[in-house]
Amino acid sequence: MKLKKRDYSFYIGAVLTALIVLLVIVGIFYTPYDPDAMNPADKFAGVSLRHLMGCDNFGRDIFSRILKGTGTTLLIALCTIGIGAGTGTVLGAVTGYYGGVADEILMRFNDAVLAFPSILVALVFISIMGSGKYNVIIALGIVFIPSFARIVRGEFIHYRNLDYVQSAKLMGAGAVRIMFVHILPNAWPVLLSSVIIGFNNAVLAEASMSFLGIGVQPPDASLGRMLSESQAFLFSAPWCALFPGLMIVLLILGFALLSEGLKGRY
Amino acid sequence: MLDVVDLNIEFHDHLIPETVVYDFDLHMDPGDIVGIVGESGSGKTMSALAIAGLLSRHDMQKRGQIVFNGTELLTCERAKLRSLQGNEISMIFQEPMTSLNPVRKIGWQVEESLRIHTGMTKTERYEKAIEALSDVELPEPEKVYHMYPHELSGGMRQRVMIAAAVICKPKLMIADEPTTALDVTVQAQIIELLKRINHKQNTAILFISHDLSLVKQLCERVLVMYQGRIVEQGETEQIFHHPQELYTQNLIKAIPKIVRNFEMR
Amino acid sequence: MRYVVKKSVTFILTLLLVSLLAFFAFQIIPGDPAIKMLGTQATPEKIAALQDKLGLNRPMPVRYLSWLGDFFFGDMGESYSYHMSVSSMLAGKLPITLTLTLMSFIMIVAGAVPLGIYTAKHKDKPVTKAVNVLNQIAMSVPPFFMGILFTYLFGIVLRWFTPGGFVSYTSNIGGFIGYLFFPAVAIAVPKLAMATKMLQGSLLSEMQLDYVRTAYSRGNRTNGVLYHHVLKNAMIPVVTFLGMTLADIVAGSIIIEQVFSIPGLGRLLITSISNRDYPVVQAIIVCIAVIVIIINYVVDIVYQILDPRVRGQ
Repeated sequence: MKLKKRDYSFYIGAVLTALIVLLVIVGIFYTPYDPDAMNPADKFAGVSLRHLMGCDNFGRDIFSRILKGTGTTLLIALCTIGIGAGTGTVLGAVTGYYGGVADEILMRFNDAVLAFPSILVALVFISIMGSGKYNVIIALGIVFIPSFARIVRGEFIHYRNLDYVQSAKLMGAGAVRIMFVHILPNAWPVLLSSVIIGFNNAVLAEASMSFLGIGVQPPDASLGRMLSESQAFLFSAPWCALFPGLMIVLLILGFALLSEGLKGRY
Repeated sequence: MLDVVDLNIEFHDHLIPETVVYDFDLHMDPGDIVGIVGESGSGKTMSALAIAGLLSRHDMQKRGQIVFNGTELLTCERAKLRSLQGNEISMIFQEPMTSLNPVRKIGWQVEESLRIHTGMTKTERYEKAIEALSDVELPEPEKVYHMYPHELSGGMRQRVMIAAAVICKPKLMIADEPTTALDVTVQAQIIELLKRINHKQNTAILFISHDLSLVKQLCERVLVMYQGRIVEQGETEQIFHHPQELYTQNLIKAIPKIVRNFEMR
Repeated sequence: MRYVVKKSVTFILTLLLVSLLAFFAFQIIPGDPAIKMLGTQATPEKIAALQDKLGLNRPMPVRYLSWLGDFFFGDMGESYSYHMSVSSMLAGKLPITLTLTLMSFIMIVAGAVPLGIYTAKHKDKPVTKAVNVLNQIAMSVPPFFMGILFTYLFGIVLRWFTPGGFVSYTSNIGGFIGYLFFPAVAIAVPKLAMATKMLQGSLLSEMQLDYVRTAYSRGNRTNGVLYHHVLKNAMIPVVTFLGMTLADIVAGSIIIEQVFSIPGLGRLLITSISNRDYPVVQAIIVCIAVIVIIINYVVDIVYQILDPRVRGQ
């Protein structure tokens, strides 16, 4: 038996993601230094055994800050996808199952929103609601609803007319039961891969917004913010930019490989 | 005209090589109509594709000889093979729905062989294409010329495929289950059309089908294939009335007959 | 024809929908614009006078229509923080962002089309495998990080350009384009990778279809099959993707302008969001939205040229 290319992607992606998640979990309980502790003596300390990834302009340990920042990013992405996928699934299920005028209007609205880059829509929300961790979650969560609603709706339209659904109906199953017990499990593979892709988009969007200074606010550490702050001293301390950036790359790469591998499985 | 000698086709895409055609032999003269019948997986399509020079996957091995008017198709240069394809040897396929390019106009596709093999001008090609389209009895050929495949019915598309296949007046046309995807009434019309083309242009036809009754209507000679081997061959009449092999007998028995159904009730 | 009409109607309806959303989204912000504009000089009389002048006392639908009308004729209101007309603020920024967007789009198309075709044609060669691995990595690098890497490598180490040394198009057009080169590449790289992968996949799956066999049976060379038959079919999904990409890089330029200190729409947008300068934010959002809608409209039209099947519908 030969390993398929997709399988390589899947395993590399899984290992990468698992490692990052593990690091983040460890980071919750233990970081080599206090991520927020300023230490003027270590200002711009380079990469060494003491500071694995060096220190920033306040002498804060970059490795510790990355652990914490990745945690924040993952948490935001998780909440965002929770809101987006949760609401989107319910919305898509109901509109797809029942159809009709409400469905038509909602989908037109959906299409209009989907035509716009998600970061732009999120920016509108942020400019109205103000920045900060929770507003980012709400903004991105809302932004991601339409794409999930559309995918789930498509699946429901496909399945609602199939014989087994019809026979379940005849046997007296209620609409909610049919939607969530009979149809939703079939939509699971499609939903799963869009959750992973959505997760990546959320990570990217959060990092971008924090980079622009309208996402996560200090004192919360965030990879995007670390990158944007590092720009001022890129000349003297390039490691301040390199490591947070690499972390974002690895995070996105891991999930991208996972979804690539999953594509081959279903 | 065509001589296939001891053709063997072997796939190497699995761990164990798999032979799909064993010792296939065939001789055809100009104007012959020969049928190959057999169930799916019997190797009939593989043999046909090999003769048309369309099997070029590298995980596949072909042995034997396919000689067409003095050219050995399996070993000749690609350029030589290409100069025959669409020009001297043409092919029509099972699925008229998907065998035409969906984004190109009918006319463009019909005259493609002319574009490749002749130095005709645009107007000459147009005239030829219109002629070919009316030869296959498509109504309003000038209009069809500017249409796209999705605007035509399955039967019309197969006629377009045939028009494209005969536009260079080939010596040999290979028809791989050309009627399988069509309605029964349309099937009969296509068979009639093939007969007429054979008669008019003296084009030899290699007709591949799993449908014995169609083969009986069209072909003078029949090859019966089973599991990659030719199990029986001969004149159509003889095969139908005096089948020697058990497999052929079963095939013939399997043809639905209205009379028998009636009796059974 | 019916298709074009339908898409044109959708185009206008989407524009109206977006204008409606943009208008009401900024209506729900708490606070009186008149008070904000006057800032510390606010007295009840002045507020009342300004409210009158801005038409804030009129009913909502009337205000929407007059806003829409003004906007249509280029009057986008007045900035809270700079007390100058928003349209004049935007006028100088728009060409910068559009040039940047266009440059990276050209790079994406000019890179992805040949690369996609090449890798599809030579799918088993080591070069293709290397390209695929590189692609996967390139897709995972966010443009702003790519921008920082470029700034460090080409700006600081190799000194091919001066970080922060933006040259205005009014003073030196060559220098302007030159400065935008690296930002444009930073935006283009991940999208180029995606477009390459997409075109490659699309070509490979098209190559499996029946009409390809037909094309070979007529004596076509592989190149003939590829360029005359497969490419047009394979481009259909790619065009949709490129349209989305174009919209995406308009948004992507907002971020990259920040990295390379380019005074375009994006930089103005971010400053205005931080300053809560709503008329400017609103105008920029509507401008970008209009650009995106126009792009989508153009994509729909191009799509129809490529795929005859959608025309009749």
